[in-house]
Amino acid sequence: MPRPSKTTRRLVGPFNRVEGDLEITLDIAAGRVTEARVNAPMYRGFEQILSGKAPRDALVYVPRICGICSVSQSVAAARALADLAGVTPAPNGQHATNLMLAAENLADHVAHFYLFFMPDFTRPIYAPHAWHAEATRRFAPQSGEQTRQAIAARQRWLTLLGVLGGKWPHTQSIEPGGSARSIDAAERLRLLSSIREFRAFLEQVLFAAPLEEIAALTSESALLEWHAQDPWRGDFRAFLSLSQALALDQLGPGPGRFLSFGAYPQADGAYALESGLWQGGHRQTVDTRVITEDASHAWFADSSARHPLDGQTVPDADKPGAYSWSKAPRLAGAVVETGAIARQLNAGQRLLIDAVQRHGGTVYTRVLARLLELARVMPLMEDWLRQLRPGEPYCLPTPLPDSGAGIGLNEAARGALGHWLTVRHGRIANYQIVSPTTWNFSPRDGEGAPGALELALTGAPVSKGEDTPVAVQHIVRSFDPCMVCTVH
Amino acid sequence: MSAPPQTPPFKVLWLQSGGCGGCSMSLLCADTTDFYGLLRRAGIELLWHPALSLESGGELTALLADIVEGRLALDALCIEGALLRGPRGSGRFHMLAGSGLPMIEWTRRLAAKARHLVAVGSCAAWGGVTAGGGNPTDASGLQYEDDQPGGLLGADFRASGGLPVINIAGCPTHPNWVIDTLTALAAGLFTAADLDAFARPRFYADQLVHHGCTRNEYYEFKASAEKPSDLGCLMEHMGCKGTQVHADCNIRLWNGEGSCTRGGYACVACTEPGFQEPDHPFHETPKVAGIPIGLPTDMPKAWFVVLASLSKSATPRRVKQNAVADHLAVPPVARRTRLK
Repeated sequence: MPRPSKTTRRLVGPFNRVEGDLEITLDIAAGRVTEARVNAPMYRGFEQILSGKAPRDALVYVPRICGICSVSQSVAAARALADLAGVTPAPNGQHATNLMLAAENLADHVAHFYLFFMPDFTRPIYAPHAWHAEATRRFAPQSGEQTRQAIAARQRWLTLLGVLGGKWPHTQSIEPGGSARSIDAAERLRLLSSIREFRAFLEQVLFAAPLEEIAALTSESALLEWHAQDPWRGDFRAFLSLSQALALDQLGPGPGRFLSFGAYPQADGAYALESGLWQGGHRQTVDTRVITEDASHAWFADSSARHPLDGQTVPDADKPGAYSWSKAPRLAGAVVETGAIARQLNAGQRLLIDAVQRHGGTVYTRVLARLLELARVMPLMEDWLRQLRPGEPYCLPTPLPDSGAGIGLNEAARGALGHWLTVRHGRIANYQIVSPTTWNFSPRDGEGAPGALELALTGAPVSKGEDTPVAVQHIVRSFDPCMVCTVH
Repeated sequence: MSAPPQTPPFKVLWLQSGGCGGCSMSLLCADTTDFYGLLRRAGIELLWHPALSLESGGELTALLADIVEGRLALDALCIEGALLRGPRGSGRFHMLAGSGLPMIEWTRRLAAKARHLVAVGSCAAWGGVTAGGGNPTDASGLQYEDDQPGGLLGADFRASGGLPVINIAGCPTHPNWVIDTLTALAAGLFTAADLDAFARPRFYADQLVHHGCTRNEYYEFKASAEKPSDLGCLMEHMGCKGTQVHADCNIRLWNGEGSCTRGGYACVACTEPGFQEPDHPFHETPKVAGIPIGLPTDMPKAWFVVLASLSKSATPRRVKQNAVADHLAVPPVARRTRLK
């Protein structure tokens, strides 16, 4: 193989459809990315803002970290407060919270697929391909037929949060003791109708099949057979067709370690989607004591690797060697990937386990995981709604101690989210937030190890004349990044 | 029927800075079966939006250059998120990716070219949550810093169309506040008289959150909620400011049939400047001698005290019991006679 003659450095951004601002420095040689550095170019300072506030004020502030996963942030804060108080939410409140969280996560998956990820296949660079016209008809921003249907379905779907949480985003119904919004018997029926309406959208437009038929596909060969029956019927099959045409199964391999904090706790304490660290085809339990965040390459004064309970956030925009406002979280020193792919692997989704064993964590498997999660969680929501018991409490009183600590772990649409809270003399002494995209889009750590996206971009193809390489865009968006969470 | 006369589209550029993107997410919840059709039929063309456009990287910076250098006319610049002026006035807390320039500089250059300037959400209007605590990023609104005129562009700024920055305040904004404002601007139906004292569109700011609140019977009888999930009025104990806050949230509902008070929690005054730092915990009503400090708008204190004590003594048992329950414990009596 001839030595790459010349490495060029290119600054790409702004990226859009990433919920915030993102800049990437690419080193390119012989038509491939050789190194990538990911910069979250904005800082907001929520951890500084929360310091000194009454602990419950976090319930007003933290949803406003993020406009697309505000419920996820609220749930993490409520769990941190519940942990501080030693309270378990009322079962009705737990179900209502799970319903709100699932409503947001599924809405985010639909928004990601139709608004953020699929439009890139309509780019002019793909015009020579036979499928380009069909992709454009379906997914062109502002005119795509499927995209427009998806926005309408999502709008209707989020009326669930109008009932359960007053509004979306930035609901404040979610409490450490449960939910501040009880649901009466008539409302429960209306919510069930809304769930069935969204199921109809998924079954008619996205999957063009009953959800149970999708859930029954337990291996990749079964999926391929199902796809081959009618390769452009429904948007899921269209994605599979595009994925095959462009070899997305080989694009953007991540670190191969998949972290989930577990989603949707049930009354018996178990998660509907189990937590874990998935690696080499096996699930291990997660020990949050070995989580560190290091700011060696971020614009913060302290560079040491610290556990979040002991974390510090003091900005220093002039720090030499720094290139991002994102810290670098690590699990026992290792880079991990998080998201629907991690959640579904750890929760034993057989088709996804098979696909990841064959291809690893790539653009294809990340998007596949989200779509499979839609099919899997929808029926769970119908169950939780049936389990609500009218007349029983929705929210338990939660007196907070004057001093102490609490940890709130959650799964946002984009993956593992943690809030670490320390309270002294009735005030927040420290509040540290580690969000999913902080894991996925972290800069290098103190050992020089690149973050998950930095790793995934290495080797990405760059065609001649490309300003913002389309392969890079597919890889970036396959993580469903949320930059505003990253730079809380 | 003849076709309507062709008018050039009303060109809108939407940029985000120090915020959460929630006003854009809220916008997509506009109550319509066809979001893009709604804009198109209002004559609105989205030149670029961070969540809804194909163009990335150089394609966007070229568009921005076209506007700044006068090759492309811009009808409305919508800014979502606070303007991050720090550290030390440099704007480096948000450098627009790939451009090497701080977002505040882009905003100043584009503002000079736009016919109308729209602050979408309380961050862009006043600084909002991003300016909370010690305001670590020196965040401000476009033309206000909390309730003080000034902000990034200065109190005297007027867009070329003649209006000050239009503050569609809210955290987030209601989708229809944004749609209605842009529709009115596109139709040439929005004037200075349509703005309130804080340059908010009066069509929503001339209402109070209290108007249409479903807890009004509890309010009338001062039957108050005491803990989260109680059905009673949230004003006396739970920190609700709905009787003072300018917005039509309980008339123009959210996500179908929602609002904060219908969702079981207090109005925190998210449309008002400085709401992020109320000087008391959000979940508690500050009081002096047992009387809430924040009284209903236009209500003299003495009257409030007299009426409150009178109505408390007249509270029906049903209302009193339901106020501290999370479901209807006592339904209203059903009478068989014809109601008069």
